[in-house]
Amino acid sequence: MNSPNSPKKSWWRKNQRQLAPWLFLAPVMLLFTLYVIAPIFQSIAISFYDWDGLGEATFVGLGNYVELWSDPDFWISLKNNLIWFFGFLLAVPAGLFMALFLNQKVFGIRLVKSLFFFPFVISQVVIGLIFTWFYNPSFGFVSDVLRFFGFAATGVLSDERFVTYGVVLAGVYPQIAYTMILYLTGLNNLRPDLIEAGRLEGAKGWNMLWHVILPQLRPATFIAVVVTIIGSLRSFDMISIMTSGGPYGQSRVLAYYMYEKALSEYGYRMGYGTAIATVLFLITLVYILFFIYRIYQQEKDSA
Amino acid sequence: MKKHFFAPMAVAVIGLAATIVNAGELVINTDASDPAPKAAFQAVVDGFMKANPDVKVKINTFDHEGYKTSIRNFLSANPPDVVNWYAGNRMAPFVKAKLFEDVSDVWAKNGLNEKLKSSVSSMTIDGKQWGVPYTYYQWGIYYNKAVFAKNGVAVPKTWDELLAVSAKFKAAKIAPFAIGTKALWPTGGWFDYMNLRVNGYKFHMDLTNGKVPYTDKRVAEVFDKWDQLTKPGYFIADHASYDWQDALPALVKGEAAMYLIGNFAVEPLKKAGMTNDTLGFFQFPKINDVPMAEDAPTDTVHIPAKAKNKVDAKRFLAYMAQADVQTEMNKTLGQLPTNAGSQVGDDPFLQVGFKMLSNAAGLAQFYDRDAPAEMAKAGMEGFQRYMVKPEQRSEILKQLESVRQRAYK
Repeated sequence: MNSPNSPKKSWWRKNQRQLAPWLFLAPVMLLFTLYVIAPIFQSIAISFYDWDGLGEATFVGLGNYVELWSDPDFWISLKNNLIWFFGFLLAVPAGLFMALFLNQKVFGIRLVKSLFFFPFVISQVVIGLIFTWFYNPSFGFVSDVLRFFGFAATGVLSDERFVTYGVVLAGVYPQIAYTMILYLTGLNNLRPDLIEAGRLEGAKGWNMLWHVILPQLRPATFIAVVVTIIGSLRSFDMISIMTSGGPYGQSRVLAYYMYEKALSEYGYRMGYGTAIATVLFLITLVYILFFIYRIYQQEKDSA
Repeated sequence: MKKHFFAPMAVAVIGLAATIVNAGELVINTDASDPAPKAAFQAVVDGFMKANPDVKVKINTFDHEGYKTSIRNFLSANPPDVVNWYAGNRMAPFVKAKLFEDVSDVWAKNGLNEKLKSSVSSMTIDGKQWGVPYTYYQWGIYYNKAVFAKNGVAVPKTWDELLAVSAKFKAAKIAPFAIGTKALWPTGGWFDYMNLRVNGYKFHMDLTNGKVPYTDKRVAEVFDKWDQLTKPGYFIADHASYDWQDALPALVKGEAAMYLIGNFAVEPLKKAGMTNDTLGFFQFPKINDVPMAEDAPTDTVHIPAKAKNKVDAKRFLAYMAQADVQTEMNKTLGQLPTNAGSQVGDDPFLQVGFKMLSNAAGLAQFYDRDAPAEMAKAGMEGFQRYMVKPEQRSEILKQLESVRQRAYK
């Protein structure tokens, strides 16, 4: 027991409350600094060098960035990143549509729901391979359909006009299942009294959806948009599985281009690779800052 | 300071090939992971241990693709005593980073400059030898004999005959050439042969060594000739969708007549039902009046500069260079020995290949081994694009030229 005239409170006791959270945070902060923050600055530092990963690194200043500016492959990758971004965002309305469609109470709907969710459960590699066969010009389903309607069969993945869209489609397919599940959970938590009130006011169809249902689904929409954008920025595996960036580099995105330049068999230009990574990081940073700002605002509102 | 921030990367991968080395132990890192190469390598090691009972050999086998990345790490972090790798420019980065040991003394002591004559140039950098070759294989045109017979055409000996034969097949709705360019490198074989036949070995080496611009008119002539095949559509459609294996069925089924590929294609073709009676081989025909050089990618063994047991490693290299060892090893591999004193099995494809390579005016290692990595990647991508869109040729060559100016510094 602390009597008021005890000689002195120890320093620890006085500051315990202020220190405790920092002590609990310390391990995570240490690891986060070591494995996330420090490598970011290391990468940015390497991007000013010309280095093959083996010999001496030579300082080239902004040389890598200047080269990037005039590199047509870089711009193709950036353009493809945009296609991925907007293509992936389609998963949000598509998932909403599927969720509304499946939000029924009929016999066996649980089974149907889980079947629709299935693409998200199976591995990306499997989806990538199946879509690759699907697009195969000699035995694929797509060319069979085209031939049936009298069009010339074409290899989607070997045609620079279609290849990125073909890969995005394969990537969006599981993403739709994911957003669908998010919306299905959201739909379970709708407030019946609000819907009832809306109905009494004569709202139905689009009006009901737009003014009554969607506002209540806002948290689900927010999460759906966030995970979808993250998904589009992570667009690496599908490209690696389906096209390896081809034909002649037309389906690369920045992440894949970075991998090719820095780490693949014909790469090992570490400086150039990290320059691409830095550009990708800056682009991502815009989105992250927006996201953090949103979260911050919400926390402030609810506080 | 410079080294400083890169160090953690190397540290992270040290664990990859952890091995404990005793005295008298020879550690070999190899990517011989497929059944035949694995058996061949094991047999060599067993023979070596029998001949040198004081040495104990330990083999670490890596998967083929992963090896290409791992070797960079273990050469500097945890070097074994012997590694296998490839000849030509592929070994240049390791030689320049001082990660490979100079083994010129092994060559001199064992008279390898004579015995391995065809490989001297591809193993030499700065006047020294950096490893020992033990196997290679030929490239050339494999063809469906039944399809040739049915259309009444003979094996083409000249470029004009090749064009005439192709036109005939095209008219009969048979694709003259099978190819799968998805993995890019099959296009390198075509470029190599077109350039070797149009401009010859020396020019090809100068080009892959960065001494000639891609906008040179001699390169343009290569593409003029190549145009005669791409523009009429003599390659199977949608080849950029296929890997090299995916294009094999076309040759087996007779939907395509010929296939420019390495001898490794014979095994899957025979598994798919072709026999020595239906599968044929001929040398890439003459185009211009230049000595005929060939593509013959060579597999090699090297000693890392930081190896612990260099004495035994050099004995091992000398052993692998022996004619009888290479004869046995290549029998298992189904490939060709690099030692001129070795014997070849009675496989007709190996025999014709051995004769062809022994008489070649020069041996190229293949585009992606002769040219440095950055140029190779850009080049093969350009060739693929050219084969899909021949009309973009000048734009492609301009881009390759800008890569060349940067890649060779």
